[in-house]
Amino acid sequence: MVKPQLQTRKLNLWFGKNHVLHDVDLSVYSQKVTAMIGPSGCGKSTLLRCFNRMNDLIPETRITGDVLLGDEDIYKNGSDVSRIRAAVGMVFQKPNPFPKSIFNNVAYGLQIQGKIRRSELEERVEQSLKAAWLWEEVKDRLNQSAMSLSGGQQQRLCIARALANRPKVLLLDEPTSALDPQSTAKVEELCLELKKSVTILIVTHNVAQAGRISDYTAFMYLGDLVEFDKTEKMFTVPADKRTEAYLTGVFG
Amino acid sequence: MKTLKEKLFQYITYLAALFTILCMLAIIFGIFREGLPLFRVVSLKQFIFTNNWYPTHAEPAFGALALIVGSLAVTLGALLIAVPLGLGSAIFISEIAGSKLREAIKPIIELLAGIPSVVYGLFGMAFLAPLVRQWFNLDTGLNVFSASIILGVMIVPIISSLSEDALSSVPSNIREASMALGATRSETIFRAVVPAARNGILCSVLLGFGRAVGETMVVLMVAGGAANIPTSIFEPTRPITSTIAAEMGETVVGDLHYQSLFALAILLFLITLATNLIAELVFSNRRR
Amino acid sequence: MRRRKLKNTLSTVILGFALLVTALFLITFLVHMFYKGSMVLSWEFLTSVPRNSMTEGGIWPALVGTFLLTVLAVAFALPLGVMTAIWLTHYGKPAWLISILRVAINSLAGTPSIIFGLFGMAVFVNIMGMDVSVLAGGLTLAILALPVIINNTEEAIRTVPHEFTEASLALGATTRQTITRVVLPTALPNILTGAILSIGRVAGETAPIMFTAATFYSRKLPTSLTDEVMALPYHIYALMTEGTHPDKQVPIAYGTALVLLLMVLLVSATAIYLRYLFRRKKQW
Repeated sequence: MVKPQLQTRKLNLWFGKNHVLHDVDLSVYSQKVTAMIGPSGCGKSTLLRCFNRMNDLIPETRITGDVLLGDEDIYKNGSDVSRIRAAVGMVFQKPNPFPKSIFNNVAYGLQIQGKIRRSELEERVEQSLKAAWLWEEVKDRLNQSAMSLSGGQQQRLCIARALANRPKVLLLDEPTSALDPQSTAKVEELCLELKKSVTILIVTHNVAQAGRISDYTAFMYLGDLVEFDKTEKMFTVPADKRTEAYLTGVFG
Repeated sequence: MKTLKEKLFQYITYLAALFTILCMLAIIFGIFREGLPLFRVVSLKQFIFTNNWYPTHAEPAFGALALIVGSLAVTLGALLIAVPLGLGSAIFISEIAGSKLREAIKPIIELLAGIPSVVYGLFGMAFLAPLVRQWFNLDTGLNVFSASIILGVMIVPIISSLSEDALSSVPSNIREASMALGATRSETIFRAVVPAARNGILCSVLLGFGRAVGETMVVLMVAGGAANIPTSIFEPTRPITSTIAAEMGETVVGDLHYQSLFALAILLFLITLATNLIAELVFSNRRR
Repeated sequence: MRRRKLKNTLSTVILGFALLVTALFLITFLVHMFYKGSMVLSWEFLTSVPRNSMTEGGIWPALVGTFLLTVLAVAFALPLGVMTAIWLTHYGKPAWLISILRVAINSLAGTPSIIFGLFGMAVFVNIMGMDVSVLAGGLTLAILALPVIINNTEEAIRTVPHEFTEASLALGATTRQTITRVVLPTALPNILTGAILSIGRVAGETAPIMFTAATFYSRKLPTSLTDEVMALPYHIYALMTEGTHPDKQVPIAYGTALVLLLMVLLVSATAIYLRYLFRRKKQW
C-alpha cells in the first residue's frame, strides 16, 4: 500500500451551525491526479480548502478530525499556516492574477518567503512559467501587466505562480469552469504533465473532465464522501447507487 | 521573527484605531472640562431657557435662548431653501436626466460641496446683503434671511448628492412595475420611487441639518450678530456658532465667559451628535 | 388622462426648475467671485507681503501658512487614517470595539468645525502649551480630516477584489504581507485621490484655525512649527470683518477668496479626474 500524500481522518466541518462535512476519510496519493466530483453544494470545494487551511478565513468555522500532509497534522496547534499554504498550492475557479506584472506575479510567493537573489528569482520564475507551458508565450513581455493576458493564459499564470513555491500538492478548484474549450484542453494536458512532479487534487463539475485526467475519483454528496476509487473502476462499476445516478446524469 | 513582524504590524493598526477613538473622547473631554464649570454658577435651565446673554457685563448673565433660537432660525430657513432645491435636483438628476447629464453633474456637485464656507460668507456679506437691503428697504442686509439663503445653497450639494444616491439605489423593477400598471412618470416618481428611498432622503436632510447648525463662517459673516430673538426674518441674529467664534477672542482662559462659550459648544455638540445618531438609525433601518 | 399628463409635465418642469435655480445661483456666485477676484489678482499679489496695515500688497504669507497647515494636517492624518482603516478591514476584533470605532468616526465626521477649533485651543494650545502655532492648527485640522481619510481608505480597501487577498494567502503570504504587497498597492490610487480631496477640505477651513494657528497680520514667514501663521481663509474673514479700510480691503478679500477657491477647486477637480481615470483603467 502506497503512503498517501494527503489524508483526512474523521474530518467534520461546520460553518456556524451548518454541518458541512461529515466524517470524511479521504486519501490522496502521491503523483496522481485525484478528482472530486459531486453536485453543487456537496462540500467538495470546502473539503479542498481544508487542505491549505483556507477555510480559516471564514468566520465561525469549526473543524474536528485530522488532516495530514505527509505525516504532519496541518491543524495541529502552533503549526505555521503560511508554510503549509506555500507547500500546498492552490488555483481558483476564476483566474485571479494580481494587478502586477507577469514576472512579479510568479515571483510573489518567493519574495514573501524572504530575501532571494535576483538571479535565483529569475531562474525560478522562468522554471515555473516553463512548467506551466506559458514561457514561450510571455518571455518577451514579463514586465507587462498580468491583466493583459487571455483568460486561459491567466489561469496558467496562476498555476505557475503556485508552482514557484515548489509545492508538494496542487489544489485546483474548478480551474477550467471560466475558460473556453481550447484553454480547458490545455490546462487538462498540463495536469497530466504536472503530476509527474506534484500531487494534484482537482474539484470539477465536469464528469467527463474527471474521466479524462484523473487516476482516482472521489464522489461527494451532501457532505458525505460517498465513494472513492480508481477512476476507471468508479466510472465502469460504481459501488453506490448515488454515484451511478450522478455519473449517468440523473441529478447534477 | 516573521510572527514578531506580524504582531507588530497588527499592533500598530490596533493602536491607530484606539487613537482614533481617543481623539473623539479627547474632544468630548476637552469641551466638557472647560464648559461644565459654568453650571456651578448658572443652572442648565437658566442657560437654555432665559434670554439674556450679557457675558461681559459687571453682573454677567448667561441665558442663551436667543442664540439657540438664532441657530434654529437660520438652520430651518436654510432647510426651507435647500430641501426643495436639493431634493428636486436629485430627483431630476436620478429619474429624468439622461445618464450623460448625470455623469457630468455628479462630479460638479462633489466639487461644489468642497467650496470653503468663508468664501460663501464673503459672497453673502459683500454681494447678497446689499441687494437684500435694497430690495426690502432694510437697515441692514445682514439678517436671518440672507444667512438662510447662503447656508441653504451651501447644503444643497449635501442633500442632493445623498438623496440622489438613495434614489438611484431603488431597484429599477419598482419603476417598471409602476409604469407597467399605467402610471405616468411623475406618479411613478412620487408614489413608488420616492417612498422607497424615503429613509435615505430623510438621512440626507438630517445630515444637511447637522451641517447647517454647525456651520460657523457663513452665519458669523452674514447673520448680523445681534443677540436678540429675531421677530422677523429680516432681523439680524446671532447663532451659537457665531457667538463662540466672535466672543472667544475677548475671553480670558478659564473665566466665566470662556466657560460659557465652551458650554455653548457642549450644547452644539450634543445637537449634532443626536442628529448623527438619528441619521445612523434611519440609515441602518434602510439597510435592513 | 389629460389632467394626469398635465400633472406629469408640470412636475417635470418643477423638478427641472429646482436644478436650474441651484445652478443659476451657483453660476452667479462663481462669476461674481471670478470677476471681483480677478481685478486684483496678479503675480505680485500672490508673491508679496501685505503692506500699509493690509490695505495694499499681497497674500504670500497666507499662501505659505495655508500650505504648511495643510501639509502638516495630512501628514498626521494620512498614516493614522490608513492604519485605522486597515485595522477595521483586516483585523477588527472584538466586534464591540469596531462598533465603538464606527460611532467615533461618524461622530467626528459630524462634529462642527468650530468645536475642533475649541478643542484645539483648549488641549493643544492651552493644556499642552503649544501656543497659537502651525503645529496646534495642523493637529486640529488633522483630527478634522481623520474621519474623511478613514472612510475613504476603508472604501478603497473594500473595493480590492477578495480574489486577490485569497490568492495571496493561498501562496503562503501572511496577513501583513497580503495587506502591504497586494491590498494597499491595489487600493493606492483610490486612497490617494481621497487624501487629495481631504486636502481641499482642510485648506478651506477657517473655524478650526481661528484660535489655534491663525494670526491677523504677519509680515514675515513662519520660521518654526511653533510660530503663528497667516492663512488664506482666516485672511478673508479678517479683511471682511476686522478691517479699518473696507474700500481697500474688500477687493483684497475678493482676490484672496478667488485664490482659495481656485486652489480648492483645482485640487478637488484633479482628484476627481484621477479617480475617473483609475476607474476607467481598472483592469479587474
